[in-house]
Amino acid sequence: MSGLIPPPPTPGGSSLNEPVGDSEPKVGDTNAVTPGAGDLEPSRAENAIELKEVEGLSQGRIVVRRFLRHRGAMISLGLLIFVILLAFSAEGLDALGIVIPGWWHYKYTDLDNIVNGGQPTLSLWPLNWGNHPFGQDSLGRDVFATVMRGAQQSLMIVFVVGILSTVIGVVIGSFSGYFRGWVDTLLMRFTDAIIIIPLIVLTAVLGRTYGAAGSFVVAIALGLASWTGLARLVRGEVLALREREFVDAARVAGGSNFRIMFVHILPNAVGVVVVNTTLLMSATILTEAAISFLGFGVQQPDVSLGSIIQLYENAFNTRPWLFFWPVSFIIIIALTINFIGDGLRDAFDPRQKRALNKAARKSAAAARAKVATR
Amino acid sequence: MLTFLARRFVATLVVLLVASYIVYVLSANAGDPLASLRESTSRNKAELINMRIAQLDLNVPAPLRYFIWLGGVLSGFVGHFTLGKSVNGQNVTDMLGSAVGVTIQLLIASTLLAIVFGVLIGITSALRQYSGYDYTVTFLSFLFFSLPSFFVAVILKAYVGIAFNNYLDNPQIAPWIYVVVPLISGLIWMGILGGNARRRLMIFGIAVVATLAGVIYIGVTDWFDNPSLGPIFIAILGAALAFLVTALTTGLANKKSLYTALTVVVIGVAIYFPFQLNRAEEISFWPLVGLGILAIGVGILVGWLWGGYDRWLSARTGGITAFLVGGLILIDRFMQSWGSYSSGVTNGRPIATVGSGTPDLSSITHSFWIQGLDSFTHLLLPTISLMLISLAGYSRYSRANLLDVMNSDYIRTARAKGLNERTVVMRHAFRNSLIPLTTIVAFDFGGLLGGAIITETVFAWSGMGQLFNAALNAVDVNPLMGFFVVTGIAAVIANILADVAYSALDPRIRVSV
Repeated sequence: MSGLIPPPPTPGGSSLNEPVGDSEPKVGDTNAVTPGAGDLEPSRAENAIELKEVEGLSQGRIVVRRFLRHRGAMISLGLLIFVILLAFSAEGLDALGIVIPGWWHYKYTDLDNIVNGGQPTLSLWPLNWGNHPFGQDSLGRDVFATVMRGAQQSLMIVFVVGILSTVIGVVIGSFSGYFRGWVDTLLMRFTDAIIIIPLIVLTAVLGRTYGAAGSFVVAIALGLASWTGLARLVRGEVLALREREFVDAARVAGGSNFRIMFVHILPNAVGVVVVNTTLLMSATILTEAAISFLGFGVQQPDVSLGSIIQLYENAFNTRPWLFFWPVSFIIIIALTINFIGDGLRDAFDPRQKRALNKAARKSAAAARAKVATR
Repeated sequence: MLTFLARRFVATLVVLLVASYIVYVLSANAGDPLASLRESTSRNKAELINMRIAQLDLNVPAPLRYFIWLGGVLSGFVGHFTLGKSVNGQNVTDMLGSAVGVTIQLLIASTLLAIVFGVLIGITSALRQYSGYDYTVTFLSFLFFSLPSFFVAVILKAYVGIAFNNYLDNPQIAPWIYVVVPLISGLIWMGILGGNARRRLMIFGIAVVATLAGVIYIGVTDWFDNPSLGPIFIAILGAALAFLVTALTTGLANKKSLYTALTVVVIGVAIYFPFQLNRAEEISFWPLVGLGILAIGVGILVGWLWGGYDRWLSARTGGITAFLVGGLILIDRFMQSWGSYSSGVTNGRPIATVGSGTPDLSSITHSFWIQGLDSFTHLLLPTISLMLISLAGYSRYSRANLLDVMNSDYIRTARAKGLNERTVVMRHAFRNSLIPLTTIVAFDFGGLLGGAIITETVFAWSGMGQLFNAALNAVDVNPLMGFFVVTGIAAVIANILADVAYSALDPRIRVSV
């Protein structure tokens, strides 16, 4: 394995969209590791096809290309972006004193006369939005506006939690894996202590304490509780990477500990971080919904998708639309983020053989047959 | 080994102490435990407040009050174990005692079912990688991964529990069920068994016809109102199980093994009749366990008596088959009490959607069978809703594990030796793919407990979830700590069990320092 050349010392090396250097040592690099290639001819043929595809490309480009080709992830990404745009444009923005009105003619706090028992006016054929496409609740509030506001809050919470727990998890994991010794023991015991508290207990207690202060505070509380898994994974990755030659080279060149940790080692662990943050985010939307459902999350008058359901739980038999719309948005958001995470994992994991498409499978079979007859 | 365990124990103890300190301080700061009293209009309000303050030591700041609580726990060594009192003056240990049993039932049932079905689905989809079945399973498991647990619970309550009870009120099977259910079953079997186009078509046809026959039988005889298996069905199902068990353990080519399994089924059907004579309602749990062990013993004996050069293989097949056939007879016996339970205890609406048991059931009947059915009907929906959530994860993990293992060198070696596919999959791949799952299951326990809090809320169980909810709402620290102590100890035990299982399953791992 090529490991003598240190990775490019630009911090941009961790960015997904920028091509990183060809020689960047990467665990299980496709070019370096072709498992079983020597002793099994057909697998060499298949590998040759895969190698041809990625010839002359940097690791970063390969990852981006693979991700772009992952159909499920791309559809999900499109859908998620659509939901984000819908939620934030319909109800506008109302945070940090900035108020931008949305295009929807009701606010989630507006009361209106109840029309037709609050039935949804949305009809698909002929396509007609009507005045209250998702219906109204028993007070006459517009459910579309409420759900959009709830989706906004839930999405905001998901992203805040993603950023916060990535930062905490990466810092704790890198320190613990890089310095080892008592720093490691101390940090990892602390992580264990947090892990042993069930996530829902920790988040519910924090939500009960700070929930009244607004949904942003709930997001921070959730973020402070959910970094543990990432810290462990990053630690493991750093423990393995710090023994590699490029770290020695960086040290010989006079790099400080922090520079080695965050400029040389971390870009090589970016796959683990990105994939697990994504999966954590999809879990977060469910956790948030769960604690809001129990009443310990986002508090009235603000709403999140989970707290809408808590609000209307008893209306399930009489006004099911109060229940189904927020739930379907939770499912859409969680499902799309999950698929994106899956796509990222496939893209980052060079050992995993992707499901080749039909043409590639055919040509691989042909190559195998050719090898067999030779 | 001993030093390893000791070090491990001390580390765990420290972790638990730190975690409990965090939980204590956080939950003590979560709000005002006197809020309910402050709003009260009673005349002796000030007195009540002072009383509660004195009772819960509220004038001591929380970071120090923790040590009073810890002192109560540690005095367990001198026989005064206490977890403190709730705001209402109840002993926390008493509150936990009733709550733990209820929740543990739910957790164990759903964990076991999730493991069994998750592994099954994961293995079959890994063996049929990139087939339509695999893609469907993958999509479904992603979907279940993304479902909020309360949503599953509410849907099950409305569309399974209540709908099934309505069906029992008026047993009419809708026409679409005659079409949809057989088609789905045909597709599933076709996907699992696979093969070339002709074979798949044949499997599809057989499965559709068989399922259609089953649905028609259920519709004609009102089977759900008065379910039973009877000797004929036990014989048919037993024979099917015998073939399945033999095919999985030794292969159908091993005639001795097959004969053993079939002999066991014959014995089972013969025992069925005398078992009916014993109409005693007062049987209890442990004699049943004894009967189960006895059945396994008989199965092993039969296999051993059939002899041959590898009699212990047949003995194993016999033991497994005997256990399963015994289970069939037991299910049949439970079914016989179904009618009286359904109409006598539940007014014809047997699937419960509220509570963990019929209140005061023991005053109505002492029958073991009825009480068993009662916990079954109450456990059914919460267990399914908890199971579906972890099922998705387990099936993904076991699929990935098996694919990993199937690509390893020793599988190639096994194939090169000329072993058949069954031996390769069942003996070399399957077992090894289970190893990583043990850690996942232990790790998942905490998450499942969180799910249990939600599920218990939806189904109005008075278990640990209810306790937690009520305690957090009232900022009642001592019950909260009681909840945490139970979950913490459960997590520690689960981890130790996982370690033990790991080193037992994987000979490469030897516990040492």
